Amino acid sequence: MRTTFFSTHKVLPLAAVGLALVVVGGCERPPPQSTQLGYRGVGQNAFVNPRFFAARVAANVAPEPQPAAVPVAVTAGSVYKNLQVLGDVPITEFTRLMLAITEWVVPRDQWVDGQGCVYCHDIAAMEADTKYQKVVARSMLHMTQRANRSWGAHVAPSGVTCYTCHRGNAIPKYVWTTNPGEKPRASGYAGLQNRLSPVPAFSSLPYDPLTTYFDKDTAIAITPTKAMAPVEPKTVNTMRGEGTYALMMYISKSLGVGCNHCHNSRQFADWAQSSPQRVKAWYAIRMVREANKEFVMPLNPILPAARKGPLGDPMRIACETCHQGVNKPLLAAPMLKDYPELGPLNDPAVEAAAPATVQTGVDDGAATDAKVTGQPGTAAGVM
Amino acid sequence: MAEYQNIFTTVQVRSLAYPGVPHDQGQHDRIGKPFFNYWVGKIGDAQIGPIYLGATGVFAVICGLIAITIMGYGQAASVGFSPMKFFQQFFWLALEPPGPEYGLHIPPLAKGGWWLIAGFFLTMSILLWWVRTYRRAIALGIGTHMAWAFAAAIWLYLVIGFIRPLMMGSWSEAPPFGIFPHLDWTAAFSIAYGNLYYNPFHMLSIAFLYGSALLFAMHGATILSVSRYGGDREIDQIVDRGTAAERAALFWRWTMGFNASMESIHRWAYWFSVLVVITGGIGILLTGTVVDNWYLWGIKHGLVPPYPVVGVPVPDPVSLPGAL
Repeated sequence: MRTTFFSTHKVLPLAAVGLALVVVGGCERPPPQSTQLGYRGVGQNAFVNPRFFAARVAANVAPEPQPAAVPVAVTAGSVYKNLQVLGDVPITEFTRLMLAITEWVVPRDQWVDGQGCVYCHDIAAMEADTKYQKVVARSMLHMTQRANRSWGAHVAPSGVTCYTCHRGNAIPKYVWTTNPGEKPRASGYAGLQNRLSPVPAFSSLPYDPLTTYFDKDTAIAITPTKAMAPVEPKTVNTMRGEGTYALMMYISKSLGVGCNHCHNSRQFADWAQSSPQRVKAWYAIRMVREANKEFVMPLNPILPAARKGPLGDPMRIACETCHQGVNKPLLAAPMLKDYPELGPLNDPAVEAAAPATVQTGVDDGAATDAKVTGQPGTAAGVM
Repeated sequence: MAEYQNIFTTVQVRSLAYPGVPHDQGQHDRIGKPFFNYWVGKIGDAQIGPIYLGATGVFAVICGLIAITIMGYGQAASVGFSPMKFFQQFFWLALEPPGPEYGLHIPPLAKGGWWLIAGFFLTMSILLWWVRTYRRAIALGIGTHMAWAFAAAIWLYLVIGFIRPLMMGSWSEAPPFGIFPHLDWTAAFSIAYGNLYYNPFHMLSIAFLYGSALLFAMHGATILSVSRYGGDREIDQIVDRGTAAERAALFWRWTMGFNASMESIHRWAYWFSVLVVITGGIGILLTGTVVDNWYLWGIKHGLVPPYPVVGVPVPDPVSLPGAL
């Protein structure tokens, strides 16, 4: 046998070490902790690595509430002009909320002379809608009230405040706009998928499920409901399956949970084997669709280009905007109770004793109240 | 003691380069001067070449290159021909089939037309290569077992990419040409049609696949363990059973009460491996054409093990009054 520099007994251990590094390099250091979610032995477990979870806990701390306001009988609307949302709130409570919003929404580097008010207000005329930020803020107040008052099926029991999304940023960290993809060049066809994209959690699934499923009422449930083909009307198609899959990957990533947080993976479609969280998510999808359509999209004419996506559409909300990697935003910190004027919270669990009326938020008339006031008419004099 | 503990051969037979047995079909088409490579000799015969291409081989290679070029071109075009993005996202990129809106019609090139063309050339390449394997077997005077095993794999390929999409009336049912995309397609396909794990032909296919791996390990280990008694002369020992065959047989009879024979083990292996793709192809073909939801099909036929739902079963929100 010939002996060479690359003899077997030298190469093999080196190759083995190299291979081991490649294999182990992608792993997460133990210990993962598992929680049983369903029947034993069927893989219905949630896995959390305490080291990573500690980082998520640290990143999801609610701020201290503002000091309580002195109760007064004077309403804000009787003192200030042009109060379209919070006119009925006591003046002290109103001021307290303004201070809170400044802390929640206006980044420190935007403050002028120790004041954050100027981010939205014209100091010379506080009531004037001259800054687009003020008009946006009004619509967002409507949106927050709407979420708490009509979408308790999703946001109860903690409710939501501005901070749930904003976390000290003027634009919440996790907003989205329609992804136009690459400019069509030559004749490549990737079908709005097959990209390195964080939206479907780095899978090659469609990279903009948010436009598909949140801007439009695209059907998400596609699995046939009968065993034998053909099931009519035909809902299923493998490509559509990829779309639904992409949306689910996005939700899973946004909440920091696996599929089985909501589903039993042996039949994703079956509600009877799903967890109650799936119902919460079902309402969430409808809530996000409505919030974008009613409160964000109408603001588009007054927004500067820097607040829009490449196609000129406004930055919109979706699951990750609030959740930011945890299944309960801010780990369920009950911030709303300190700012009751953003509510009141409609909590189906509390109202369950009453005759079953399901709160879906479509036909209770609140949508009309929640009309966005930053309409093009106002906008004309704004920018 | 240390023999057979790694994948490399211990013996390299070297002789003058050998062009192969003489025969009267395609003899002149053997091309290339044979040469030897020590490292190739570690895992097989150290002699490289001569190779036979012939018309079917040449056209198969040409068609295959056309197919791969179109796929690569489509993938590059989808990232604007940026070399950086192409290499960074290579595993994510794909050439997609036409969308559901086109059914079985021919779409524009930029909407899946290239997928059809690439698929055509890939299929031609594979079929021509099959003809080549069949004809070379005939030329060498050996059986056509390998061609038929290859045909079984081609059956699965054609079912997934051509026959089933035809039966479903839509090219969009076919998988894309890409590394991760075809894997994500597989997962989406299973979920969309109600979980392929409840498809009995999928079960059979997996059983044969894992069975093949088991048989492969058992057979390889058996022969290596008895080669010191001449057990590697397997074909001789089918009819001329020596101590190697006896010891191998006895080992399995002692350990599990039954043994394959020097002949039967190869039939076991052949049928286990071809049945992986034959049963798999049947399972795919039935999906969406005969069975729309394999889980519900499993419920219907008592296949799905019942187990209690933990907590209160939740209703479908769509079924509740006032739902959207």
